[in-house]
Amino acid sequence: MPIKHPNLKLSRMTDAIPAWTGEIAPDDLYEICRQVRDGGGRLVALWGSDARQRGFMLHVVLVNETGMVCLNVLLSADQPAYPDISRIFPAANRMQRAAYDLLGICAQDGHDHCKWLRHGVWQGFPLRKDFDAAASRIDEQDNYPFVQVEGQGVHEIPVGPVHAGIIEPGHFRFSVIGERVLRLEERLGYTHKGIEKRFESMSLQQGAALAGRVSGDSTVAYAWAYAMAAESVAGVTPPGRALWLRALLLERERVANHLGDLGYLGNDVALSFGFAQFWMLKEQVLRNNAALFGHRYLMDRIVPGGVTVSLDAGGKRIIEEECAMLEREVNILRGIYEEHAGVQDRFIGSGRVEPKLAAQLGLCGMAGRASAQAWDARVQFATAPYDKLDVRMATYRNGDVAARVIVRFDELFESLRLQREILTNLIHEEDAPALLEKLPANGFGIGMVEGWRGEVMVAIHTDAEGKLTRVHPHDPSWQNWPLLEHAIIDNIVPDFPLINKSFNLSYTGQDL
Amino acid sequence: MYQMLKQIIKTGIKTETPPHADEAMRLVEQRLQQEILDVFGGALAIRMVDAGSCNGCELEIHAVNNAYYNIEGLGIKFVASPRHADLLLVTGPVSRHMEEALKRTYDATPEPKLVVAIGDCGCSGGIFAPDDGSENYATCGKVSNVIPVDVVVSGCPPTPTAILQGILTAVSAKK
Repeated sequence: MPIKHPNLKLSRMTDAIPAWTGEIAPDDLYEICRQVRDGGGRLVALWGSDARQRGFMLHVVLVNETGMVCLNVLLSADQPAYPDISRIFPAANRMQRAAYDLLGICAQDGHDHCKWLRHGVWQGFPLRKDFDAAASRIDEQDNYPFVQVEGQGVHEIPVGPVHAGIIEPGHFRFSVIGERVLRLEERLGYTHKGIEKRFESMSLQQGAALAGRVSGDSTVAYAWAYAMAAESVAGVTPPGRALWLRALLLERERVANHLGDLGYLGNDVALSFGFAQFWMLKEQVLRNNAALFGHRYLMDRIVPGGVTVSLDAGGKRIIEEECAMLEREVNILRGIYEEHAGVQDRFIGSGRVEPKLAAQLGLCGMAGRASAQAWDARVQFATAPYDKLDVRMATYRNGDVAARVIVRFDELFESLRLQREILTNLIHEEDAPALLEKLPANGFGIGMVEGWRGEVMVAIHTDAEGKLTRVHPHDPSWQNWPLLEHAIIDNIVPDFPLINKSFNLSYTGQDL
Repeated sequence: MYQMLKQIIKTGIKTETPPHADEAMRLVEQRLQQEILDVFGGALAIRMVDAGSCNGCELEIHAVNNAYYNIEGLGIKFVASPRHADLLLVTGPVSRHMEEALKRTYDATPEPKLVVAIGDCGCSGGIFAPDDGSENYATCGKVSNVIPVDVVVSGCPPTPTAILQGILTAVSAKK
């Protein structure tokens, strides 16, 4: 068992990943979290659910080397409060504020009670079962209390929510002197569209489609994490061939996103050649996706119980040829990026996140690995078929834009190698799998998948009839957005788009 | 530099023939006169507004800028301010948190202006709209619930060809 505490009784979940769950009293939460942090563990996700026959429930997912633990904390229905854990895990801050906005459960001794996902156009707590959507409309000013930096020559640059490009909406408040950034404060939540509430009225299959649209660029990762959670609730394992195909799709999603971002990173330092070249490569991957699997971004291809796609010998040959072509072309482009003095001058040293800060604040995923946070769900908890693939994790220490570019290149090449290995394992045709129709009553399951951006987690709770009563999707951007505020400090304003793109965090994934 | 030039020459020209306008995408009658369309047709400036999408449509809007669809080759470009724009390309569903920003962006765009709604969610609210027609507390649904829309392009996400077709429809005269 991963954690020992006298008041904690853990039981093993029927999960693909090694996972345990246990119920604790609010008073024990702080101490257990501290113990996990001191042992090198970190916070994955935090959310709440309405279980008002008993009270409210806070769910905290922690992870360490041995596995994942979901702590369920029962809170009283009248005064749903729990100890603030953001002093242990700073990443908890925004998650706790979001849990208050959506469910009205409160981190009682917390120093930061600002709203986060709620702006000023709806009121009440949407995830309470007695929430009345029609009566929730209000119209008040957001009045978000941005921190004001004072001093001679300091001024503010407010940016957004509508940004100067083809980007998702969010607000950035820069405090600058000249062009040097003293402080950046983010205000997100603009794309909040009630995803978690929407899940509550959906069937298992509809939920799979919605999970695939939490963040469109990570649709494979979300659909797989959702399916993994559902399969955990039902206690079933999908057929081997379906798992190999899922991994193939996930690696193709990683390749497509890294190609696109590498192109934009060139574009952001005025090398439009990079954009043109990488986006031609990306387009070829997308067209192959459409031809082989029926969707350019592979939406709705992974469903609870299995997959809706197959691959024949001709399809395998197309992917093999694509991998060979990408390896050849990306090698050439990598050489050009690395030898281009202007590009390297902008990449090196920009937006640096030191490994120590990354560890302290919980930076994860691809950006984390570029700051020496050696954690990849495909390696640590290698669920099938990754247990047979021996993924070589890419890490780097420098934590700057250049490091994130290097990690992307390395991961791209590794994904090409993995795709080839998957193809050799994808030999015989099995019978069509029985897809999951319905889930058992009062179930709880978690799925976690290493998407291209980082670990994507989905948790599913079912009610007494086996219907979805609460689904919580968690994006790695929750952990990484606060680090962007640190990465930009002391850089110049014109480097912000470059630094931002090097992380390329999801707005919709954290706004929900 | 030599490597870059070599790569450019090796790549050649990938741009494909653009699609024709499709009258079926039109929501309201063309409001612009032929003379204005001739001007727009030659150089159109687009302001893109993500009003709450899942970011899927944005991926395809990026793709219309790649060499295969080469939207800039048609004289159409994306601009950084609505004040420079002739056309708004809007994805949805419009979140209630973006309602005000979308209205202000529309107001800041000079007349004559066109609006193209992109994607199933922008056209109808999509998967985020409750099936029973009741209200989702967090969204206003389709784009035309918030600002006037000329052309709709459905799809989840619509292909780059469909997006291009929608834009070209918005600036074409009815045949």
